[in-house]
Amino acid sequence: MSAQARPSQLFKNLNAKIASIPMILTALVVFVGGTFWTILYSFTDSKLLPRLRFVGLDQYERLWSAPRWLTSIENLLIYGILSLIFSLVIGFLLAALLDQKIRFEDTFRTIFLYPFALSFIVTGLVWQWILNPDFGVQKVVRSLGFDSFVFDPLYNSDIVIYGILIAGLWQGTGLIMCLMLAGLRGIDEDIWKAARVDGIPMWKTYLFIVIPMMRPVFITTLVIIASGIVKLYDLVVAQTGGGPGIASEVPAKYVYDFMFRAQNLGQGFAGSTMMLLSVAIVIIPWAYLEFGGKKRV
Amino acid sequence: MKFTKTLLAGSAAIALSTSAFATDLEVTHWWTSGGEAAAVGEFAKAFDATGNKWVDGAIAGSGGTARPIMISRITGGDPMGATQFNHGRQAEELVEAGLMKDLTAVAEAGKWKDVINEIGLLDSCTIDGKIYCAPVNIHSWQWLWLSNKAFADAGVAVPANWNELVAAAPKLREKGMVPLAVGGQPWQTTGVFNVLMSGLGGKDLYLKVYDAKDAEVAGGADVAKIFSALNDAREMSRGSNVQDWNQATNMVITGKAGGQIMGDWAQGEFQIAEQVAGTDYSCLPGLGVNELLSTNGDAFYFPKVDNAEISAAQDKLAEVLFAPTTQVAFNLKKGSLPIRKDVDLAAANDCMKKGLAILAKGGLVKSTDQLISPDTATQIDDLMTQFFSDESITPEDAQKRFAGIIKSAD
Repeated sequence: MSAQARPSQLFKNLNAKIASIPMILTALVVFVGGTFWTILYSFTDSKLLPRLRFVGLDQYERLWSAPRWLTSIENLLIYGILSLIFSLVIGFLLAALLDQKIRFEDTFRTIFLYPFALSFIVTGLVWQWILNPDFGVQKVVRSLGFDSFVFDPLYNSDIVIYGILIAGLWQGTGLIMCLMLAGLRGIDEDIWKAARVDGIPMWKTYLFIVIPMMRPVFITTLVIIASGIVKLYDLVVAQTGGGPGIASEVPAKYVYDFMFRAQNLGQGFAGSTMMLLSVAIVIIPWAYLEFGGKKRV
Repeated sequence: MKFTKTLLAGSAAIALSTSAFATDLEVTHWWTSGGEAAAVGEFAKAFDATGNKWVDGAIAGSGGTARPIMISRITGGDPMGATQFNHGRQAEELVEAGLMKDLTAVAEAGKWKDVINEIGLLDSCTIDGKIYCAPVNIHSWQWLWLSNKAFADAGVAVPANWNELVAAAPKLREKGMVPLAVGGQPWQTTGVFNVLMSGLGGKDLYLKVYDAKDAEVAGGADVAKIFSALNDAREMSRGSNVQDWNQATNMVITGKAGGQIMGDWAQGEFQIAEQVAGTDYSCLPGLGVNELLSTNGDAFYFPKVDNAEISAAQDKLAEVLFAPTTQVAFNLKKGSLPIRKDVDLAAANDCMKKGLAILAKGGLVKSTDQLISPDTATQIDDLMTQFFSDESITPEDAQKRFAGIIKSAD
């Protein structure tokens, strides 16, 4: 009994615990602390400098009645849903095609992954030129003889967000393809053989056997795409600057502009809190699926 | 060990010798285009002549990019020696937070109050009776630049005011020209609106809206007229398809557009293109209706530091910026008007002389930078850029939203 009975749970693996203190502190102070600080100050009328003068929900009321914020949300929804669907579908299709033991697989993989090596700023500028009616696609097609051809998404308020979507997909699908390819390679060769012996057609094997087996890969991919969508900012800044008018504004740009240009921190914090909320809506179900399910072990 | 000691001693000696020689003062600003850089070079030259050293900290990408960087350096505890802001309310909170140096002593010694062109300029630098910034120039927005060639091609006389331009617009359209070039950036569309407000509405209306922030006036019949003029401007600007202001100015220079509403900095573009005021292009201050000029412009602020030497150098710089010789040299290169009334700009061109004449008559009005907060200005920017790009917004809708912004303005 007494002192030697049982070492306290607290001092077990002491070295490892001490070593992880800096990271724990960083996570608590910088991430969690910063988050709560931001939420707290979003209820104040802070201007250039933060100050604790509470104004209740005023910032949120103003946020949700600002046409620019509403346009931003609408754009994010369109961009988000379409980019999620198209990146997954195109990424998986490319991966499945590459998985057919084709020749020059490495070369193709490099080509598809190459855009991912470019920053969003470069991507945005490149596509700004390609979609410019006086220099890009429209000019090329017109010079082939189709004089009435019109393709100027970046100058048309109604479809500008699709112009950005094209650039976003071009940049991001390569990575999704690689993740999917890794997932496909993780499938046991024997499963394919068994399916072939049973005479199941290839598309059915993919759809009903392989894809369900790749669930973890899909979930990881989903989170990567989703976080990329919410933080969409630099692509818009480089490609359209939010224009024409306010037609291609996104929430992250709203937050930046109000915090640093308009010198209204309160309004910016309210916007970023709403963004946090949308991330939470994505992350919490994922965390539940990933970690909640393993308790049965 | 010994080596390290020698190294330390050596570096200390070097540090001491340089600091005894002259005080380095880092100055941040966003003047990076050719003419601007030449103008700021005049400041550097004058300051270096006092035995100190101007360390240039130019930040490219215009004020919108530069200001957040400057502010975060000041609030983050790494202040520069001096920094540019547009005089007005951009640095108001920094001053209130006690981060800026009080220049009252320098201002009194230099009799700033007696020699300044427009006392409102110094008022914007004054908080609780103390002066915190040194204004260096006056830029005004209220200019309509017209291409004489475009109107000759269209077979109409060069307009003498805004209404004549509106009347001549269909003739210009027939020849495939854009009557009024407007760049796509938000600040430019807001500029057009504010110029219409002061030019067509007059000083009283302008001040009622932006100074008194009277939402009823902003939603009333007088401002409705401004919005219908803005509708004309939107109509006339269709087909501009340019982003930057100097691209729009270039349309006027080449005769592809009839005119442009832009501040007096546009003059530099005409000069570079070797155009002559009066023969190649015309300028109408205040749209040829109300000859009012706003006092937009720049000022230098000096962050507070705990170092007597730097502090002394800051005083010196403030003095130099305000000195008559520096003012003349700087403003001639910048194309702006001087803030002192006791200097002579003999080398000024026709348009600048028109501006000086209005200045002498006292036709100045505070700029929106001085009257409304950056927050309100951003909201107006959003409204105006949306109005110009989206034809489905009627002037009435836009006015309603404008009145709402003015109601909550600060």
